[in-house]
Amino acid sequence: MMFLQVITSTLFAVTFSPLIGVVALLFTPADRKDTARWIAFSSSLVTFVLSLLMLSQVDSSNANMQLEVLVPWVQVGTHWSINFHLGVDGISTLMILLTTFLVPIAIWASFSVEERVKEYMIFFLLLEVGMLGVFVSLDLFLFYIFWEFSLVPMYMLIGIWGGKRRLYAAVKFFLYTMAGSILMLLAILWLGNNLKSFDYVEILARYQEIAPAVQMWLFAGFALAFCIKVPLWPLHSWLPDAHVEAPTAGSVILAGVLLKLGTYGILRFNLALFPDAARQFAPLIATLAVIGIIYGAVVSFAQKDVKKLVAYSSVSHLGFVMLGLVAMNDQGIEGAVLQMINHGISTGALFLLIGMIYERRHTRELSEFGGLWKVMPIYGALSLIVSLSSMGLPGLNGFVGEFTILLGAFGSHVLASPLYTVFATTGVILAAVYMLWMFQKMFLGPVTNPENNHLKDLNWREIAVIVPLIVMIFFIGLYPKPFFDLMHASVHQMTAVLDVAVHATGH
Amino acid sequence: MADQLTVVMLVFVPLAIVLIFLYSIGYHNFGKKFDTHDLPGNPPHGGVEPMYARFFAYLSLFAAGMLTLVVADNLLLLFVGWEVMGYCSYSLIGFWYGRQYDDPKATPPRKAAIKAFMTTRVADVFMMLGIVYLYSQTGTLNFHDIFFNPEVMKHLLETPSLIGGFAAAHLIGLLLFIGTVGKSAQFPLHVWLPDAMEGPTPVSAMIHAAAMVSAGIYMIARMFPVLAIEMGGYVTHAAESAGHAVHTGNPTLSIMAFIGAFTALFAATIAVAQKDVKKVLAYSTISQLGFMVAVAGLGGYVAVIFHLLTHAFFKALLFLSSGSVIHGMEHGHHHLHEHGHGHDDHGHDAHAHHHEEKPFDPQDMRFMGNLRSKMPVTFWVYLIGSLALAGIFPLAGFWSKDEILADAFQKGLEGAWHAWLVYGLLTIGALFTAFYMTRQVMLVFFGKARHEAAKHAHESAPVMLIPLIVLAVLSVFGGMLNLPGGIQGVEGVHLPLSEGLVNWLGHTQIDYTQRPDLLAPAEMDAHSTHGETTDAHAPAEGTHATEGETATGHTAEGGEHEGGHHAWYHGLDLNPMVAGLSTLIGLLAIFAGYSLYKNGLASAFAPDPLKKIIGVGLFTFLENKWYVDEFYAWLIINPFKNLSVWLAEVIDWDFFHDLFHDGIIASGFAGIANLLAGPVDKGFVDKVFDGAAGMVRGIGGWGTRTFQTGYVRNYALSVLFGVVLLLAYAVYALLT
Repeated sequence: MMFLQVITSTLFAVTFSPLIGVVALLFTPADRKDTARWIAFSSSLVTFVLSLLMLSQVDSSNANMQLEVLVPWVQVGTHWSINFHLGVDGISTLMILLTTFLVPIAIWASFSVEERVKEYMIFFLLLEVGMLGVFVSLDLFLFYIFWEFSLVPMYMLIGIWGGKRRLYAAVKFFLYTMAGSILMLLAILWLGNNLKSFDYVEILARYQEIAPAVQMWLFAGFALAFCIKVPLWPLHSWLPDAHVEAPTAGSVILAGVLLKLGTYGILRFNLALFPDAARQFAPLIATLAVIGIIYGAVVSFAQKDVKKLVAYSSVSHLGFVMLGLVAMNDQGIEGAVLQMINHGISTGALFLLIGMIYERRHTRELSEFGGLWKVMPIYGALSLIVSLSSMGLPGLNGFVGEFTILLGAFGSHVLASPLYTVFATTGVILAAVYMLWMFQKMFLGPVTNPENNHLKDLNWREIAVIVPLIVMIFFIGLYPKPFFDLMHASVHQMTAVLDVAVHATGH
Repeated sequence: MADQLTVVMLVFVPLAIVLIFLYSIGYHNFGKKFDTHDLPGNPPHGGVEPMYARFFAYLSLFAAGMLTLVVADNLLLLFVGWEVMGYCSYSLIGFWYGRQYDDPKATPPRKAAIKAFMTTRVADVFMMLGIVYLYSQTGTLNFHDIFFNPEVMKHLLETPSLIGGFAAAHLIGLLLFIGTVGKSAQFPLHVWLPDAMEGPTPVSAMIHAAAMVSAGIYMIARMFPVLAIEMGGYVTHAAESAGHAVHTGNPTLSIMAFIGAFTALFAATIAVAQKDVKKVLAYSTISQLGFMVAVAGLGGYVAVIFHLLTHAFFKALLFLSSGSVIHGMEHGHHHLHEHGHGHDDHGHDAHAHHHEEKPFDPQDMRFMGNLRSKMPVTFWVYLIGSLALAGIFPLAGFWSKDEILADAFQKGLEGAWHAWLVYGLLTIGALFTAFYMTRQVMLVFFGKARHEAAKHAHESAPVMLIPLIVLAVLSVFGGMLNLPGGIQGVEGVHLPLSEGLVNWLGHTQIDYTQRPDLLAPAEMDAHSTHGETTDAHAPAEGTHATEGETATGHTAEGGEHEGGHHAWYHGLDLNPMVAGLSTLIGLLAIFAGYSLYKNGLASAFAPDPLKKIIGVGLFTFLENKWYVDEFYAWLIINPFKNLSVWLAEVIDWDFFHDLFHDGIIASGFAGIANLLAGPVDKGFVDKVFDGAAGMVRGIGGWGTRTFQTGYVRNYALSVLFGVVLLLAYAVYALLT
């Protein structure tokens, strides 16, 4: 009976629904490529619909976890108990929607993949399960399982369907995240051992039982894992390799969702469970974030490979997200959560667009292009909108997030200095520098390379893949209220604890 | 939101915009056939513009951005309109994105577009900081909630900022003003505006008259209460006795006055040595905006708006007429190609431009001359525009420029020494203004035609001329919106319609310089104001002044001053000395220009007569715009490019990527892994995972043959395997 209740619960259905597609794909002959494609696409659409159903059941005025599924799972004597505990609040709801929204787009964009289509699609759907699992888990052990699980399919996607140095990049991606996670595992084990529970909600209620000095260690353990994933400067070195070698859809999901696992983790675990330590660490993280903002942007500008340029821009954008998170007030965190979504949409779209030109020219070198707007007007116009969104033009989504983050960081009691904001705004200038530079190099000017003269403009499938992202770019840019409304209660509940000046926290 | 200031903007902005739209129809040769040689992204050769629709779409978005900015009731929405315009100017300056010049030093439109966007973006970021700062102090960005709440204003004035000597209000004002420095092209961020001439001419008119640069001035006017707030004598004493930190004076206003006055003269000197018909006008715009910023820095609120308005009329007129001139020159040039005389060209060759023996530029005044006889309507409206810009009685420019100079003069009389400096710089600027406009009119319309194209130029179509005529009428009569109240020293003169703008704007905002009582610290709760003011939506009762009681500085009390401050909304009488001097200077400059250029140039490549007078060195210095672009390239752009490459290649790749991450961390990790793999893995673990791998291969039909190296595969599989086990256990646990 309990089994039935669990599998018919909304969150279980959302999280594991991609497995239906996986099972169907297992029974699909390997040479039926189109069948495999459509099975995967339909399956991810089912997940998206289920996530909308979930959205309709979430009460955004309720700050607490909702739609919970709680089943005792692994019990070792009386000492340890691991629960199968799922639940969402406004923040994780948004993250889930981001995931279920991007995965069908990424799968549809992968219809041009011709090698081992069936396996590709299986890994993609497994990846979705892993990511969704991270966002719904309310048990630290379960969270850790999903966290590690999400690595494997991405490792395969990069390692099998990637570029020339795919194996190197895949190994690096895997080892980095894995190495970071080991300390997190230790921190989780410490919590389970000492509080006799892995349950997030229970630990959250009892966080004050943890001694401040221990909080610092636990914070560091979690933070290392998450900051590598984000990646926070200077832990970013795996990112350009992974992005450059990953297949297009892999990059979309990597930038769109996987990096957000890191920022989500910081918010959900580091800030919520160890607020005192978080306030102590905030200036350090903010400093690294600001360095990352500037560093990522400056390094982007020098890139010759478009994909690498966008990869480094992620370091810069995620720096903004981290800055907003450690501002620890409503505006900072709400801006950061929205910016996670914005970055997923804009950078996801950029990677899709880069993939489209790569399929035509089999190169991503900026110097190979020039004057593309004349040859491919639709492609040019869509790229322009996405570039503007990425550089934070008001009226488009990026501005809303960035501005809210800057508001939060400027007035933050925790950071207590407007200098972070002052330096961070440099990134706003530099974002325009590298984005406009890239656009100019690729699309404007005369057509200098004769190979570009007869490129075909986007076909209907490619346009249809991008259009939902463009719609969201305008929607969030012009009317972000529904997004803020959805997260506000949950964020405010956290900041009620967090938003205190550092010197006032001397226990 | 619509208040009096908005209404003034809503009168002239849409009017100018609609005329620009109308004009653009003719400018883009609407109705003519599409020339198949024309490519999108390049200027058409006499046929209709291939990207006609895109042009109007952008122009409409531009207008929408400006109007959003004008009707916004809060600073954030204003900023959105501000940035949308920034984007539109980017895309319109770079409208002919495919254009490439043979001269490597010339800036193609796409680069000019980036330059415009980046320069203004630098300024916008400061403005953004100002907005964020303002919000952090007041908790609101709504104009009404800030300006009409004396508690909030007092808080802004009394809170010290990060920079010594600046109250929060002053630093916020300074940051916002930097936004204007970028948008309204003030020194040192003026460099984008001249290059913005790469866009089609209606775009130049849009940027220079109706939108964009006007937005910067509008923002100053809109934020004037915060920018101009300062403690008068009464407040200072009260504050001292209450033990408050006292800020007297307003450093932000002084900075504005200096930057404006310097820019006004600086840009005017550059304009005298330019050869491109539109570049002269571009520097003229910078100079005129300097006039406005300078007088804003002296507290001349109404004078700013008045000059903004008249300037919009005559600058739109000048730009559109210069477009008509360029159009005429291009037609003359195409005429040559079609009829083949004068050059042995290749007729309809799409690359005709590259076969020119001498580089022909339809915007270069050296190729023009005697267009007066070919384009009579354009000539007359151009002449009107020039005289209005030069400030000749009784055209619109005379009244507004005189009000600026009179304001500076008056402020100087009141004892502000820097007002004298401003007055001096502006007066010299006015001299240069009259000179360069005369030079331009003489070079373009008089003398003899110096190129075949000029000989075959012809008048533009009526759809282009009608807007010009309308604007010419406005340039003549625009000054009537705000005639002075009387003439100083002459009793009983009262001009009809006088001080229209003063009376109209007088009800817009609280003039805090006239109501120091509103800013006086309350006796009892002087220190508790902070808590109240952060919640601007629920101000302390009794302090929320209504608009009805805000009107001060009417004509009657305009001359009276409390604490050495004159009101923002004051009307000044015509000062015969100031007006007489500036008119005299203007006429002198016109005479000098006329005598110097009365015969035009000897030929298209003859040296400019001005060279002989001021010397080749100085002329070249001015012609090269004081080498500011070169200086920036040396100081900022090249170092940034080098830094970027160094960071990317040396620091990021060689150090972080190769040495630190791959060399130390990864190889260290691999070392440990090898150690473990040797004794442990080979014996037991490998067998287990090989078995697992075989199992997965069997189920999924998936081969692992392509994998050459082993350890991470094992790792990945171990994770997968572990997860499968746990899930299996979970299902088992749930079932039992």
